[in-house]
Amino acid sequence: MNRRLGFLEAVGASTEGALEEVGGLAVLLGESLGFLLQCRLRLGETFAQAYFLGVGSWSIVILTSLFTGMVFSLESAVQAVQYGVGSLVGGAVAFTSARELGPMLSGVVVAGRASAAIAAELGSMVVTEQIEALDALGISPVRMVVLPRIVALVVMLPLLTILGDVVSIAGGMWLAKQIAHIGYASFLQSARSSVHMSDFLLGLVKAAVFGIIIALVGAYQGLRTKGGAAGVGQSTTRAVVSSIILIFVANFVLSYLLFGYHR
Amino acid sequence: MSQIHARLEGVSLAYGEKRVLVDCNLDIVQGAITCVIGLSGAGKSTILRLLNGLRRPTAGRVLVAGRDIASLAGRELADFRQQIGFAFQFSALFDSLTVFDNVALPLRETTTLDERAIRGKVETILASVGLTDAAQALPAELSGGMRKRVGFARAVIAQPTMVLYDEPTTGLDPVMTRMLTDTIRSLQQRDQSTVVVVSHDRESIYAMADYIAMIYEGKILAYGSLEQIRASTDPYLLQFLHGNPEGPMHVV
Repeated sequence: MNRRLGFLEAVGASTEGALEEVGGLAVLLGESLGFLLQCRLRLGETFAQAYFLGVGSWSIVILTSLFTGMVFSLESAVQAVQYGVGSLVGGAVAFTSARELGPMLSGVVVAGRASAAIAAELGSMVVTEQIEALDALGISPVRMVVLPRIVALVVMLPLLTILGDVVSIAGGMWLAKQIAHIGYASFLQSARSSVHMSDFLLGLVKAAVFGIIIALVGAYQGLRTKGGAAGVGQSTTRAVVSSIILIFVANFVLSYLLFGYHR
Repeated sequence: MSQIHARLEGVSLAYGEKRVLVDCNLDIVQGAITCVIGLSGAGKSTILRLLNGLRRPTAGRVLVAGRDIASLAGRELADFRQQIGFAFQFSALFDSLTVFDNVALPLRETTTLDERAIRGKVETILASVGLTDAAQALPAELSGGMRKRVGFARAVIAQPTMVLYDEPTTGLDPVMTRMLTDTIRSLQQRDQSTVVVVSHDRESIYAMADYIAMIYEGKILAYGSLEQIRASTDPYLLQFLHGNPEGPMHVV
């Protein structure tokens, strides 16, 4: 009986914690949007964050997209040629890259880098009283440090996703030629006939949502930091884990809604 | 009769089970320097945070310039805080900004002054705390005493009516301690502001205080002018001011 109660208590506590986190994220997003609607965005800081969080992530996005596109092509091209449908490989690679692989890969790798960086920076600002100093000066920490990071990632993650899409398709195309002797023209023709512009654009919408998630979760965990260096480490870990989980959940929901599966 | 700028009325505050302040009453005289003294962990810094609205009392009222600061929230509280400067114990400088930008930040973010006017004000205040040459340095390049002075400059740049200093001389050598004490006094005289200083340092307290309040076990144990406190025979006060481990105070 006691063990069952303990289990129920643990489930209750986890649910309460999750709801508290969702509520906190919603409040933070609401405050940020409020400042954005008042046109009180700090442009200089936003450009600096766009460079640090976005431009600084291009190499890992290229590497992960290249190899993922190549491995997807490797698996599909060999099978497709065996069944005599090699002409479909380009479409499969491009379709998957535009809708799923591009935004997801960019989201996850940027989450690992940017969410951790945001949580660590803001967590350090909390433990060194810099956030409290902003409050004491009558300056909103949300406007100063959260909003620029959200806007930076909402702009930069779709751009990184375009880069990831292109590299992933190019990698897949090169490998299909090497492994299954599928010509570039045939690959591109298949890609063009299978993928519409809306697939790319909706993939970019997903990326923008992932950008909000990464910045928001990183900032939320950073601002909740308690204690010293150990607290910053815990916030950083929580930020990465939470943002990646939320990206996967959001990806499913967005795919279901955006690509018309709910109709 | 001295005018009262801020007042704690029956203030209690607890962090979970730990009671920090218990039915605490304190008057802060306008245009004077009030030093709050007491053992480590007695709740001195908490009083500063209550006066700025960074903490809310669990009971009682905190009145600043006649307004109950605990009743303010959001934009109203942020606007009200612009009348209150706060110099943090460890300075809390923004480490990605230069000294100049740290000091200019309150003016840039909370006023409509143009950049030329801001530059003039920042240069003046940096000169008055002796940091003209360090304007373009980053906080990481400064000594402890310099960081404290940047924190002071940032706290007073918008000429608030009340300035709060949290342990401004802790951990510094006697020469720097004297320099910072003189800086606090000269900034207060320049702006005619109300100042509250939390400190352990007997010499700097004697050098700058107009009024002294001693806090013990969450209550104000003694309060009076500098002369009254120096003449007091209260055994708690004597034990603290003489740094005696033996006495009526329970030292943990």
